[in-house]
Amino acid sequence: MLEVRDLVAGYGLTRVLEGVSLDVTAGEIVAVLGSNGAGKTTLNMVLSGLVKPRSGEVRFAGERITGLSPAQVMARGLIQVPEGRKIFPNLNVRENLELGSYRRAKANRAKNLEKVFATFPRLRERVAQAAGTLSGGEQQMLAIGRGMMAEPKLLILDEPSLGLSPLLVEEMFTLIRRLHGEGLAIMLVEQNVAQSLDLADRAYVLEHGAFALAGPAAEVRENPELKRAYLGL
Amino acid sequence: MRNFPPEIVMEAVANGLLTGAVYGLVALGLTLVYGVLHIINFAHGALLTLAMYAAWVAWAAFGLDPYVAILPLVPIFFALGYGVQRLVIGPASRGEDSNILLVTLGLSIVLENAMLAIFRSDTLSVQVDYAMEVIEAGPMLLSFPRVVGFGVAFVVAAVLFVLLRMTDTGRAIRAVAKERTGAALVGIDVGHVYAVTFGIGTACLAVAACLLLPSFYVNPRVGNAFVLVAFTIVVLGGMGSVPGALLGGLVIGVVESLSGLYLGDSLGQLGIFVIFILVLLFKPTGLFGARA
Ligand SMILES: Nc1ncnc2c1ncn2[C@@H]1O[C@H](COP(=O)(O)OP(=O)(O)OP(=O)(O)O)[C@@H](O)[C@H]1O
Ligand SMILES: [Mg+2]
Repeated sequence: MLEVRDLVAGYGLTRVLEGVSLDVTAGEIVAVLGSNGAGKTTLNMVLSGLVKPRSGEVRFAGERITGLSPAQVMARGLIQVPEGRKIFPNLNVRENLELGSYRRAKANRAKNLEKVFATFPRLRERVAQAAGTLSGGEQQMLAIGRGMMAEPKLLILDEPSLGLSPLLVEEMFTLIRRLHGEGLAIMLVEQNVAQSLDLADRAYVLEHGAFALAGPAAEVRENPELKRAYLGL
Repeated sequence: MRNFPPEIVMEAVANGLLTGAVYGLVALGLTLVYGVLHIINFAHGALLTLAMYAAWVAWAAFGLDPYVAILPLVPIFFALGYGVQRLVIGPASRGEDSNILLVTLGLSIVLENAMLAIFRSDTLSVQVDYAMEVIEAGPMLLSFPRVVGFGVAFVVAAVLFVLLRMTDTGRAIRAVAKERTGAALVGIDVGHVYAVTFGIGTACLAVAACLLLPSFYVNPRVGNAFVLVAFTIVVLGGMGSVPGALLGGLVIGVVESLSGLYLGDSLGQLGIFVIFILVLLFKPTGLFGARA
């Protein structure tokens, strides 16, 4: 479904990604791990068309999407829930969700809104509240709900558990498992190594802009390299 | 301070409110562009002048009443603003806000000199039979063009309010104002939204120009006087706040009218700048904070 080949990207003079290749097949959960500054968010930004790569190729559902605009990428069903949520603080909960279907799945807006409210009853209670005044956990629910409004084929989640209490982290992982159970392909970018590896089918470990480790999640978990890549030992 | 009979003061307040609504309309365009693009559009005054000349030409060459000219000028100026942002300001600024500032400044100089070359520095005006008409409201006499201006300004503000609240385009504009990355990720074309916003701001100027024309002269610098007042309103109402622009306009209109009454016509604008300084000193976020 997603094929990334030899991606090189950066900002100005600095290179962040130094030739990254990765695959996500239909119905799979793939974990992308890596310590701070490894380049995970940069990878997501390139996939979504917000950062132009210097070289390499991204293909989605068989089509080359390298160089497409963010709107064109998301119109094809590659939806990202970004790091830091990036919800619209001045809009209320309902407006945020409705804008999730600004370009895609607009015809199913009412139906999908019901579905999101069924998944996150908390959001239904707060439809008219300005998103900027939601708690961190509620904001994360809103960000995921906004992504679901676009009926993703592949959902990229960038550190969804960041800043959540242990109980909410647990809930978040349960939710991701459930979305996966409904057949959604997910690329999960996380710092929560153990929980992510429990959940994922396969995993990649990014280190200094290149994958130091890749394979089935169970193998990556047992690999002593994991500790080294993570702790920089 | 001199004592005026209450009906004179009341009339001054009423006239201030009426004029203030049109000031608010000019400020609306400025505050919307600031709220969404985060820049002060220095070409706002020149674009207002251009709109006033356009309304004058519509009257002089085609015999169109200024109020009727609103209908063709709004789409024309929307398209002009859209094009200017999309084809000139956007590409020339390459995403740097400080560049945008300089580009709009450059644009205003080009526009002003073009208008000076075409229309010379003579003042022009339209002759319409209702220019001097007054409406009796109880003990007060209100100028007809100002009453029309007040009504139309409120209609425009209401339309804009509905657009920003109820339509996807309006929500996209508000979304881009605060969260560009999030907007891009839901598929909003940020460049397009910038241009639409600039177009709306310019269209507001077209309406304001048609409302002002029956009672004001046109010359190549006329827009700047209004925009200076509009800038005070934007600061007073809260940078980027749409209701703040309208309410700020009303306040400024009344202040101008009352200081004209008590201090003499030539000092009418003095009160405005006193307010400007006081707001900057004591409430720099304005009456309505910085919401878009
Ligand atoms: N807009 C930018 N301009 C310049 N450099 C940037 C920009 N964004 C990120 N970087 C740099 O790129 C490198 C990788 O950042 P990135 O955000 O991709 O890391 P990450 O793996 O997501 O880290 P974290 O786990 O902390 O989110 C960092 O060194 C960062 O400073
Ligand atoms: Mg990151």
